Amino acid sequence: MIEVCNLTHRYGDRVALSNVCFEVKQGEIFGLLGPNGSGKSTLFRVLATMMAPTEGRATIAGHDVVREPAAVRRKVGVVFQTQSLDKALTVEENLRAQGHLHGLSGATLRERMESAMARLGIKDRRKDLVETLSGGLRRRVEIAKALLHRPQVLLMDEASTGLDPAARRGLSRHVEELRTQDGVTILLTTHILEEAGRCDGLILLHQGRMVAAGSPSDLCARIGGDVVVLQATDDDAQPLAAQIEQRFGVHAAALDGQVRVEIQNGHRFIADVVEAFPGAIESVGLHKPSLEDVFMKETGAGIE
Amino acid sequence: MNSFILPAATLWQRELVRFWRQKSRVMGVVASPLVFWLFIGYGSNDLAKFYSGALVLTVMFSAIFSTITIIEDRREGFLLSMLVSPAPRTSMVLGKILGSATLGWIQGMIFLLFAPLAGISIAPGELVVLAGTIFLVSFTLTGLGFVLAWKMESTSGFHALMNLLLFPMWIVSGALFPMAAAHGWIKAVMWINPLTYSISLLNHALSLPDATPGALTSLIVTAAFGVALLLASGMMAARKSARSSA
Repeated sequence: MIEVCNLTHRYGDRVALSNVCFEVKQGEIFGLLGPNGSGKSTLFRVLATMMAPTEGRATIAGHDVVREPAAVRRKVGVVFQTQSLDKALTVEENLRAQGHLHGLSGATLRERMESAMARLGIKDRRKDLVETLSGGLRRRVEIAKALLHRPQVLLMDEASTGLDPAARRGLSRHVEELRTQDGVTILLTTHILEEAGRCDGLILLHQGRMVAAGSPSDLCARIGGDVVVLQATDDDAQPLAAQIEQRFGVHAAALDGQVRVEIQNGHRFIADVVEAFPGAIESVGLHKPSLEDVFMKETGAGIE
Repeated sequence: MNSFILPAATLWQRELVRFWRQKSRVMGVVASPLVFWLFIGYGSNDLAKFYSGALVLTVMFSAIFSTITIIEDRREGFLLSMLVSPAPRTSMVLGKILGSATLGWIQGMIFLLFAPLAGISIAPGELVVLAGTIFLVSFTLTGLGFVLAWKMESTSGFHALMNLLLFPMWIVSGALFPMAAAHGWIKAVMWINPLTYSISLLNHALSLPDATPGALTSLIVTAAFGVALLLASGMMAARKSARSSA
């Protein structure tokens, strides 16, 4: 449904995207995960037909985003990170205006508005001015708006940013329903690990490059065993990491005053390491590998 | 055809609804030229002399305020979803400009209510001509606002433009002094200033003195300027953008 091939984009000398390739199948929820400045917004803008990439190509539902933007726009619904609603208008008025932009009118438009509002649970707020709605509700109106023309693909840019956990869960439930009940393919950008974990497929972006791709479980499985996180007593965890590497022959990464070690049977390692460096470790943690660990392993940097 | 008219109509309507819901905007736009006019007019004991200028200022403020929203709207607002919709850009431009021009027209018409203060009486027949004239002036100024705003990255730049271009344009348009009284090079500037023809057109419509250039010339220049700006706006908006903030 979405194919991206060797996509590269530069702003002057700065490379925002470098040789990105991936494919999204119909009905998938696909995530672009990366910190701010990783290039995911640039990628999003290219897919949303808002700008042409320097090199490479991208197609959505068989249409090239650069050469056939009008065809792509008919197949794609876009939910922006920033608000694209008119706050001085009501929910209904915003939806109607959006329908008109897509050439919808009359009974068809009314019926589409009803079903979109029902799908997102905002029917009872239809007469409310958008400026009186909470952040979570506004997001739902944005999605309803993006669905009016029955797009095959929904592009969502950091859609859950700024929402409280309950609103975020509500949003992902609606997204899941869209996929299962309407067969919509969803591509979302996020820097929130919990959200990325619910995707069928993911790519991890760092400084414009794709550092890993796969399903969340496949990605996590790349890290064997457990992840042990040691909080160093010193602010600089580098010396401790070096000593651990020397003593135990494992890879130890220092970041933000912590040392991270990927190891089988982490509980045994913890006992050994605490005994080996008395006073150098303030606290100890052990967890199963997460997407954050994958990201750190691949880039040496954190996400959030 | 539907896919051209509908987006334009919906944008036009949106401008009006927004305006109606922010009634304080009406006061804000009419009040300052009104105060300006009353001070200068009573100060120089000739309200009629400055009436057309004050009316154009009202329309200009309205046109500028409503086109300035494009700058923010494009990055964070309604314009974003327009840019990724299949509606033709030219249809959006037309809707936006007609909507803003209508607002300027409404406020210009409100300003007509103060004409009797200057001893200007308007017959019903004249009112129709005036309504058309004010709309044309408003349409032209909105086009100018659009062309200036579309390229702008921030509203602060627009304020500078307002002070360095639009306000001086207004000063040397015949709003404050007639062309006949102007010094040589200022007169030359007035001849090439499109706003001069708007002021003159209004003076003709209101049967006020100082109506130079002639009525037909003023009408043609104002209309041509408006159409040129509309075409320029359409072309600018239709151009594919490679610009992005992130």
